[in-house]
Amino acid sequence: MKPTDIGTPDYFHKVVDCQWACPAHTPVPEYIRLIAQGRYADAYMINWTSNVFPGILGRTCDRPCEPACRRGRVEENQGEKPEPVAICRLKRVAADYKGDVKSRLPRPAAKKNGKRVACVGGGPASLTVARDLAPLGYHVTIFEADQRAGGMIRTQIPKFRLPESVIDEEVGYVLDLDVDFRPNHRVESLKELLGHGYDAVFVGSGAPRGRDLDVPGREEAAKHIHVGIEWLASVSFGHITKVGRRVIVLGGGNTAMDCCRSARRLGGEDVKVIVRSGYEEMKASPWEKEDAVHEGIPILNFLVPKAFVHEQGRLTGMTFEKVQAVYDDKGRRSLVPTGEPEQHFECDEVLVAVGQENAFPWIERDTGVEFDKWGMPVLDPKTLQSTLPSVFFGGDAALGPKNIIWAVAHGHDAAISIDRFCRGEDVAVRPPALMNLVSQKMGIHEWIYDNQIVPDARNRVPLKELTIALKDIRQEVELGFDPELAWKEAQRCLNCDVQTVFVPKLCIECDACVDICPMDCITFTADGEEAEVRARLNAPARNPAQDLYVGAGLKTGRIMAKDEDVCLHCGMCAERCPTGAWDMQKSFIEMTHAGPGCREGAAPRKAA
Amino acid sequence: MTYLAKPKLHHPDLPANALGFTRRDYEGTISTLCAGCGHDSISAAIIQACWELAIQPHRVAKLSGIGCSSKTPTYFLDKSHGFNSVHGRMPSVLTGANLANRDLIYLGVSGDGDSASIGLGQFAHSMRRGVNMTYIVENNGVYGLTKGQFSATADRGSKSKRGAVNTDEGIDLAILALQLGATFVARSFSGDKEQLVPLIKGALTHPGAAFIDVVSPCVAFNNHEGSTRSYDYVRNHNEAVNRLDVITVHREITAEYPPGSVQEVRQHDGSLLRLRKLSEDYDSSSRISAMSYVQSRYAHGEIVTGLLYVEPGAGDLHESLGTVDRPLNELGEKELCPGSAALAKFNASLR
Ligand SMILES: Cc1cc2nc3c(=O)[nH]c(=O)nc-3n(C[C@H](O)[C@H](O)[C@H](O)COP(=O)(O)OP(=O)(O)OC[C@H]3O[C@@H](n4cnc5c(N)ncnc54)[C@H](O)[C@@H]3O)c2cc1C
Ligand SMILES: Cc1ncc(C[n+]2csc(CCOP(=O)(O)OP(=O)(O)O)c2C)c(N)n1
Ligand code: SF4
Ligand code: SF4
Ligand code: SF4
Ligand SMILES: [Mg+2]
Repeated sequence: MKPTDIGTPDYFHKVVDCQWACPAHTPVPEYIRLIAQGRYADAYMINWTSNVFPGILGRTCDRPCEPACRRGRVEENQGEKPEPVAICRLKRVAADYKGDVKSRLPRPAAKKNGKRVACVGGGPASLTVARDLAPLGYHVTIFEADQRAGGMIRTQIPKFRLPESVIDEEVGYVLDLDVDFRPNHRVESLKELLGHGYDAVFVGSGAPRGRDLDVPGREEAAKHIHVGIEWLASVSFGHITKVGRRVIVLGGGNTAMDCCRSARRLGGEDVKVIVRSGYEEMKASPWEKEDAVHEGIPILNFLVPKAFVHEQGRLTGMTFEKVQAVYDDKGRRSLVPTGEPEQHFECDEVLVAVGQENAFPWIERDTGVEFDKWGMPVLDPKTLQSTLPSVFFGGDAALGPKNIIWAVAHGHDAAISIDRFCRGEDVAVRPPALMNLVSQKMGIHEWIYDNQIVPDARNRVPLKELTIALKDIRQEVELGFDPELAWKEAQRCLNCDVQTVFVPKLCIECDACVDICPMDCITFTADGEEAEVRARLNAPARNPAQDLYVGAGLKTGRIMAKDEDVCLHCGMCAERCPTGAWDMQKSFIEMTHAGPGCREGAAPRKAA
Repeated sequence: MTYLAKPKLHHPDLPANALGFTRRDYEGTISTLCAGCGHDSISAAIIQACWELAIQPHRVAKLSGIGCSSKTPTYFLDKSHGFNSVHGRMPSVLTGANLANRDLIYLGVSGDGDSASIGLGQFAHSMRRGVNMTYIVENNGVYGLTKGQFSATADRGSKSKRGAVNTDEGIDLAILALQLGATFVARSFSGDKEQLVPLIKGALTHPGAAFIDVVSPCVAFNNHEGSTRSYDYVRNHNEAVNRLDVITVHREITAEYPPGSVQEVRQHDGSLLRLRKLSEDYDSSSRISAMSYVQSRYAHGEIVTGLLYVEPGAGDLHESLGTVDRPLNELGEKELCPGSAALAKFNASLR
C-alpha cells in the first residue's frame, strides 16, 4: 500500500468525523475543549467564524455532525445505546455563557472597495455572504420581502425552539457590519436588478412554497385546512393565535413536527401526526420526533390521506387508506394498500406539511440564468455560479430545501466565488483549508489535552416543565445545559482532532503500541493490497469510509497499518512508545473564507 | 511508567470466547514497566493464550519471584490467584501450592536473574521433579530491575550498555531444562506473538513441567549495539525450527499440510499439538538431538526458537508421588487423621 501522506489537507480532516461532516466544517473538538475549560467566548468565536449563527444553530441545527460522531461508533456493544456527543447543544452553551463578544467581532470596513453586491432574500445564506464580504469593503445590499432579516429562521422556526432575542442578536452582528439592509423590498425582476449594475448578485431567496394536498374536500373545507409553512409564518407573525381542539398534521418532516407542537400550544388538545411512511423512515430528525411524542402527540403511520370529510363547509374529519411497505428484490420500497377498510379520524383543523418547493417567479427565463427541467438553476456545485457568470445561488434556492448550516456553507462558498469574480480571478480555483499540527506532548506522561476516556452516557438537555411549556408558544422549551452539565458532556468528546502521528524511522517494532491500544487499531504486518490488508489486521477494518494510516520504511520491511475508524485518540500508543515514534498532534483545521487568503498569490495560511 | 488507566472501551467487534469473555477480560492493571519492554508483549501473549483457551481466570495461579519480569503477573489475569515470592523462590512456592491443590493451572513467571542466578537450584528441581506447571522465563540478559547488570544468561562476549564485555559463560536455560527432564521445552521471542501464543497454549495444556525461554529485550539497559538480546539482534539471528498449532479437543481439524512436514502430539487432556516443520532436519521428539541442534546453531550465532522438545506421554510430580486425585487442600480431618487403628496398621507394615 502507499504510505499515508499526512500532509494532504483532507487526511486528518476526515479523521475529525464531526468537523468533516459539518457543511461549514466547524472545528468541533476545539470548541468543546474550550467549553470544558470555561472559555465560552473563545468557543463562541470559533463557531462564529465557521458558522455565523452559533446561538441559533446551537438550538436548531440539523446536526449532520452527530450521526458522524466517533463516539457513536466506539460505544457500540458497550452501552445500552451508543450515542454521539451532544455537539449541537454544547454549541448553545458557548452562546449562552459567552458574555459580551462585540469587541471581538470584525468592524465595518474602514474603506469600501468600490464593488457592489446585491443579495436577494435575507435568510442565513445571504447573511453569510454579507458577513464574509462586507468587512472586506464590499457594499452589500440585502433585499428582503419581509420586514425583518433572518429568512425562515425568523418566520418558520417556532419561537419555543428559538427565541426571537437570539435571532436579533446574531442577525444583528451581521447587519452591524455596515450592510445595506432593505426590508419590505421584494425583488420582482432579476432583469431590473441586473440593470442597476451590481458587480455580482447572490440569490438566497429560499424554497418558499409549501406543497398542498389535492384530495376530495380540499376546496370545500378550505377554511380549516392550511399549508404548514404558511400557517407557521402566520403563527410567527402573530396573525394566528388559536387552533381547533382536534388537529391532524399531515407529513413526516421537521415542518410537520413544528406544526403539531405549535398546535399543542395554541389550544390543540387532541393533536396527532399522520404519515404515509413508517415511523423510522419519516424525514424528521429522531430528536424532533421524540420531542413531539414527549409533548403527548401520537404519530400514526402507514396511512395515506384519501379525503377531507366536511359538513356544510365545516371540516369534520379525514379518511385514510391503510398501507404497508413492500420491498422488491432491489430493496426498493413501495406502499401497497392492505385492503383494510378506510380509517376515519375526526378533526377540526388540518395542517398540511407534506413538502416544500422552490419557486423563482421573479427570474425571467431570458436573463442568461438557465434552469433545469425541475425548475432548479443550473449551477457549478463547487462555486455556486449560475450560467450567468455574475449571478450566484446559495441556501435552499440553490439545491432545494435543506437546512441552516448548508445555507451558511453555501454562503461562504459563494462569497469566495464573488470575491474572486470581482477581482477577475478564476472562480473555479478554490483556496485550501488551513491545517496546523502541534504536538501535545508536554513532558514525560504529560499531555496538553485531557486524554482520559470517560464511560458516561450522553447527557440530556433539561426541559421546561411541560405544563408551563405548553401554555405559551414563546416560552423556550429547552433550558440548555448549565456549565456543570456542559462540562460533563464535553468530557465525552474523544478529541478526534488530536491525531496519532507515526514516524517509521523511529520505530523499533517493539509492539508496545499494539499491546496497549484498547481498540486494537494498530497492526504491524506484511504489505499487500488494501482490501486484503484490511481483512487481516488485528481487528479487521470493515469501514471503508475510514482510512488506513500506513507507515512504511520499517526495519523488518513490514508496514504499520492503523485503522482510523475506531481510534479513541487516547494517546496510549504515544504514551507507551519508547522512541516517540507515535506522537499526539493537534490538527487545527479551519476553512479559508473570502478575503486575502482565497485570492491569487496568497501565502499559505498559518495559524498563530 | 504510565499513570493513565487504559480505557475500558474496546473494539466493537471484539470477539468473545466460549465463556463469553473478551480478551480484555483477561487483562490486569496497566504496566508500570518501561515503555517498549519486551516483557509487556509476553503479558499480551499470555492474555491472548488464556483467552483463546477459554480458561476460567479463577482457575489460574500465577506465581513469580523478583524482577521486572516477576512484576508482570500484575499486568495480566487480574481475576486469578497471584503470589509474589522472594527472589528466585517461585519454583518452591509453586511446587507447594501445586501439591496442596492440584486442580489449578500453575503459571510461573520469572526472569533470567531470578531463575539463572539466585534461583538456579529452585529452577532445576522443579524441572527434574516434573511439577505440572508452565514456567516462563522472560530472558533479557540483564537484571533489569536493578539497572542492567549482566545476568547469568548473558552471552559471553556481549557488551553492556556502558561498553563492558561479559567474560562469563552464559547459561542456556532451555538446554538445562532439556537436560533436567522437562517434558515440554520451547524458546521464543517477545516480538513474535504468532510463534509465542501457541507455545504458551501448548505449555498450559501440557500435563507436566513445561518450560519456555522467551527472549525479551530490555529497552532501557540491553537494546544497544553489541547486545545479543536487542530487538535488532534477535530479529537477525532468530532461527525458527517449527510453528505450533494447538488444537483443543473441541475444535475440528481443517488445515492440510504436505506429508512429512507435520508432526502431531496428542496430550493427556485430548488436545493436539500440531507442529509444522520449518527446518527439515529438526526433530522435536528427541531430547538429545534437540540439545545438540540448539547448541550447534548457537555456535554459529543463531538463536533456535520454536517447540524444541515435547514428550507425548509426560506425567507429573503427583503421578510419581502417587497422591490422591482429590486436591489435598480439600481433604478433611477424617481423611487426614484416619485414627490409631490405621496408624498401627501402617506402622506394622513397616516392621
Ligand atoms: C418549519 C420549518 C422549520 C425548520 N426548522 C429548521 C431547523 O430546525 N433547523 C434547520 O437547520 N433548518 C430548519 N428549516 C430549514 C431552514 O429554515 C432553511 O433551510 C434555511 O432557512 C434556508 O436559508 P436560505 O437563506 O436559503 O433561505 P430562507 O431562510 O428561506 O430565506 C429566504 C428569504 O428570502 C426572502 N425572499 C424570497 N424571495 C424574495 C424576493 N424575490 N425578494 C426579496 N426577498 C425574497 C424570503 O422572504 C426569505 O426571508 C426549517 C424550515 C421550515 C420550513
Ligand atoms: C534476595 C535478593 N537478592 C537480590 C535482590 C535484588 N534484585 C532485585 S531484582 C534482581 C534481578 C532481577 O533480574 P531478572 O530476574 O532478570 O529480572 P528483570 O528485571 O531483568 O526482568 C535482583 C538481583 C533481591 N530483590 N532479593
Ligand atoms: S490513540 Fe493510539 S492507543 Fe488510543 S485508540 Fe488510537 S491508536 Fe489506539
Ligand atoms: S511502541 Fe513505538 S517503537 Fe514500539 S512498535 Fe509501536 S511505534 Fe514502534
Ligand atoms: S528496566 Fe528493562 S526489563 Fe525492566 S521494565 Fe525497563 S525495559 Fe523492561
Ligand atoms: Mg532479566
